[in-house]
Formats: sequence, C-alpha cells, structure tokens
Amino acid sequence: MNIVVCVKQTPNTEAKIVVTPDKKDIEKDNLKYIISTYDEIAVEEGLRLREKFGGIVTLVTVGTDKSQEALRQALAMGADKAIQIWDESLEKADSSVIAKVLSKAIQDIGYDVILCGQKAIDTGAGIVGSMLSEHLNIPQVCLITQLEYIDENTFLAHRQIDGGEEIIEINKPFLLTAQKGLNDPRYPTLPNIMKAKKKELKKLSLSDIGLTSENVVPKVQILELSMPPEKKAGIIFKNGENDVPEFVRLLREEAKVI
Amino acid sequence: MTKDIWVFAEHKEGKIKKVTFELLTKGCEMAIRSKGELAAVLVGHNVSNLVDELAYYGAKKVYVIDDSKLEDYTSDVYAKVISELIKTYQPATFLTGTTSIGRDFTPKLAVKLDAGIVSDVTDLNCDSEGKITVTRPIYAGKAFSKIKFECFPQIVVVRNNIIKPKEPDTSKLAEVINYSVNIEDSDIKFNLKEVKLSAGETIELTEADIICSAGRGLKNAENLYLINDLAKAMGNNAAVGASRAIVDAGWIDYSHQVGQTGKVVSPTLYVAVGISGAIQHLAGMSSSKIVAAINIDPDAPIFKVADYGIVGDAFKVIPALIEEIKKAKL
Repeated sequence: MNIVVCVKQTPNTEAKIVVTPDKKDIEKDNLKYIISTYDEIAVEEGLRLREKFGGIVTLVTVGTDKSQEALRQALAMGADKAIQIWDESLEKADSSVIAKVLSKAIQDIGYDVILCGQKAIDTGAGIVGSMLSEHLNIPQVCLITQLEYIDENTFLAHRQIDGGEEIIEINKPFLLTAQKGLNDPRYPTLPNIMKAKKKELKKLSLSDIGLTSENVVPKVQILELSMPPEKKAGIIFKNGENDVPEFVRLLREEAKVI
Repeated sequence: MTKDIWVFAEHKEGKIKKVTFELLTKGCEMAIRSKGELAAVLVGHNVSNLVDELAYYGAKKVYVIDDSKLEDYTSDVYAKVISELIKTYQPATFLTGTTSIGRDFTPKLAVKLDAGIVSDVTDLNCDSEGKITVTRPIYAGKAFSKIKFECFPQIVVVRNNIIKPKEPDTSKLAEVINYSVNIEDSDIKFNLKEVKLSAGETIELTEADIICSAGRGLKNAENLYLINDLAKAMGNNAAVGASRAIVDAGWIDYSHQVGQTGKVVSPTLYVAVGISGAIQHLAGMSSSKIVAAINIDPDAPIFKVADYGIVGDAFKVIPALIEEIKKAKL
C-alpha cells in the first residue's frame, strides 16, 4: 500500500507567542518546534496501515530546511522516506498554494491512502487536506476518530460531526484528516532515531514538480499580526461559598449573562 | 462578478441553524456598504418551507437547490451544486459557519472556483467595492491575523456565536430562485453507512450560549454531576465542557474537550470549575464574552482571564451557586 502523510512543522503548544514590532511576523528566537499535533496522529495511522497491509509510508512537507527536523522525527517514528518542497516564492503561501504544491508532489509519488492532520496547530485553518482531495479528485473524510477496514480496498472511516459521528465506507484511493482520539502516536525509539538519519529525504524545488512562481500566487494576503487585547482584571472573590450571592448578582445585573 | 453576498443557509431537522442568522446579520451590514444584494443558499430536500425565516433576517433572494440526492450531506455533491450555482450567478462573497458541514465542503468549493478561502474568522468587513478583510486567531488565539482577499469570489468560514443575530422582521419577503443541477450517482464518492448521534446531547459546544466546564479540581468522574446540574440550572442553552486533563483521564468523551487540541468555543458565558487555566485550555475559550472561574487555588492562571471568580472549594461553591441561580430565576 502506498501511504502518503502530509506533515507540517510548527511551534509547540507551550510556546509564548509575541508579534514583532513591524507586525509582520512572530518572534522566533526561543521557540521549540514539533510535528504539528494532528499530523503526528496522521503519521501514526500511516504506520499502522503499513503494519497491517505492508507498503511504504512517504512523508511530504512544504517548508524551509528547518522543517527537515520534523521530517526526521517522523522518519524516526518509522516512516520510510520524506520529501521536502521549498522555494522562496512560497514564503507567503496561503492554503490554496500549499494544497496545489502538495497535490503536484503527491501525484508524482503515487498513493493509495493520503493522511493529513485535521488542521495545523499554528495557523489552524483546516483547509489544505480537503483542498488536496479536490485537486486529486479522490474522496475525503475529514476529522476521523477511527479507521476500520473491510478489506485491503475498502475502509470504514468514523467522522466526527456536530453532536456525534458518521460512519463512511470508502474505497482506495482516498484522503483522510486525523482528529484527536484516532490513535496515540508512538515515541521514536533510539534505534529508530539512528536509522532515521540514513533514510531518504529528498528536497524538491517548484520546477521539480512542474510549477513556476506564477503558479503559486496566494489568493489572500496577511496585512498584519496583532496580540490579543489586554484583558482588564476581573473581580475575584476570596471567600468561597459566602460570596456566591454577590457573584451571581454581578453575573445577572452587571454582566447580564444569567 | 456582482457584489452580492451569499450566506449558506444551514439547517438541521427542519430548522435553520442559528449561525445562519448570525451570518445574515453581518451580511446585511456588508451589503449596505458594498451596495450588493444579500442572498441565502438553501440546499437539501423538501426545504422550501425554510425560505421565510431567511427573509426575516435580511435575505432578499433565496437560491434553492432541492433534490432527493441532497437529503444527506456529502462534501463532493454539495461542493459541486454550489459551485455551479456560484458560476451561474457570480456573487462576490460566500459565507458559512464553522459547522461540520460548513467547514467540510468549502475548501473543495474553493478549488472548484479557484477562489480564496479563509476559515475560523472572528471578524469580517467589506469595503465599498465588496472586498473583504477578516481577522482570525492564530497560534491557538495567542495572536491574531488580519487578512484581505486579493480576488473574487471570496469564501469565508466564520466562527459560530461571534455575531449577535438581529431581530427578525416578519414582514420581509425574499424572491425564491429554484436551481437544479444534474447529480450523477458517480458524484457521490463514498457510502454513508450510519449516523450516530451522542445520547442526550442537545447543544453543540461551539453553538452554546453558556458552557460549564469541568477540570481536575473536581477530583473524580463521579463528581461531574455537579457540572451537569450547574448547566441544567443555567438553562436550555447551556452545554458541558471539559479540560484535556479529564478527557485524557477518561471521565468524559473527547467531544467535550475545550482547548488547543479540542474545540474552540465562543459562548456568552464560560464557567470554568476546577480548571487551572493552562495556556492550551485558554486557547479554546479565550473568545468567550464573559469568563467566570471557580478554583481552590488563588494563583490559578484561570483567574487572570476571568471577569468574575471565586476562590473556594468547588464542592461547596457549586451547590450554593445552583441554589442562588434557581432563586434568581424565580
């Protein structure tokens, strides 16, 4: 089975985020980077599919050379090879550009199952995976919390919806986006970390995948970043249940929320 | 390309969802600004009785695509029929809410139309040309990004519960335009086998006005009854949320988790009980209008983001709170 997993390197969830004075970016000096949480779950699911059906797990990322760290981490989890795509003209890429670039690269690889995280934990748009399925003209099931199989070609994907879940039967090839609860990603073992250093990591430019800088013009532009508004100090009572009447009065009369 | 603003009229079990009214309210404002027309798009089967309410909230036209093959939602078919409708009538803007349907087909729609798309939008405005600028959170709400569209059409997936719906005007009428699309069996790329709804869930967390959320401070799963009772006392529009800690501990299902790796919510009132306020939790609820916190630890970070708080023992405070609320409601 040809399994492709799209990953993105992002700052970790503990990161303190500060917008730069020019409001164009965030301060990156003290950030620690990880494989975006949901992408890690996608990698794990890819590995489990390979364990069941055999085949290869190929990672794909759009990112600068720094993203190779995340690829090596996923290779250390057990993925077989990795592809990194980068070009300066991708600096301001939006979701539509990323999806287009990934679709071109993945077309060249060949695929039975494509796995993505449901959204990246930094930008949090949750758009690329779905756009990718449209580019490749394959069915998608987003936000999956469980994946069962009927046979090597037919799967049952449990999709999280408002208030419950849908169970959807799909045939290869298809794309899935992973939601928390699908699995618990494994920790790389030391032997696998060592092996990962030797696994294939190919770096591709736009022309390698048949695109030029004219093909990757974003459709939306970031004007500026800003910090959240300062919150004014709240009214905090210190006497437990004795303060409940006043607490409720304020919620009712001042905040008007009860 | 017209300057028209279209709102996807999402409905469930014969009722229009509240987020549709929120979007129509915003759409009205924007239509005045750009001098475009506000319309709603109603997709499904046997849905024409839902048109009236859309008019009350400002839709001047309602485009109706009614077909038995549209009764159950599938991303491919919905994206296909709506893209054909948009190609025919050329609106400038298409708005949906952040629902399991709204967020699911819009990226496919964007590819079909070669359109720009932005999601999880917490503020949006347009200029006199109908060009839209949006604000959306990034890094789980630790920062915000202001984004503008460079081309038309503009697809915007808006966060629920951010816009306050205006008062409906029951004297308003809308023109109905029926549109039909040929839907082949091959357009449906998968087989929907089953829909399972969680028992007893009446309010979706991302749509709730009030959320009572529980954390590890409640000590064990048996004590969750306190939160359930509090939510009930607060009213019909109150839902129960959870911190990651209690979900990971198995006290409650993941669908209740609020936070960076859970749901992002924007209720009118968020009550955090026994939740310390880790940065990842705040990421999920920081756009709540009012935050109330109850925690035994006066230094709990949650108090820094709370508008109102009580330092105290939840096992004493919550029962007192329930009593006081019941009294106040009499």
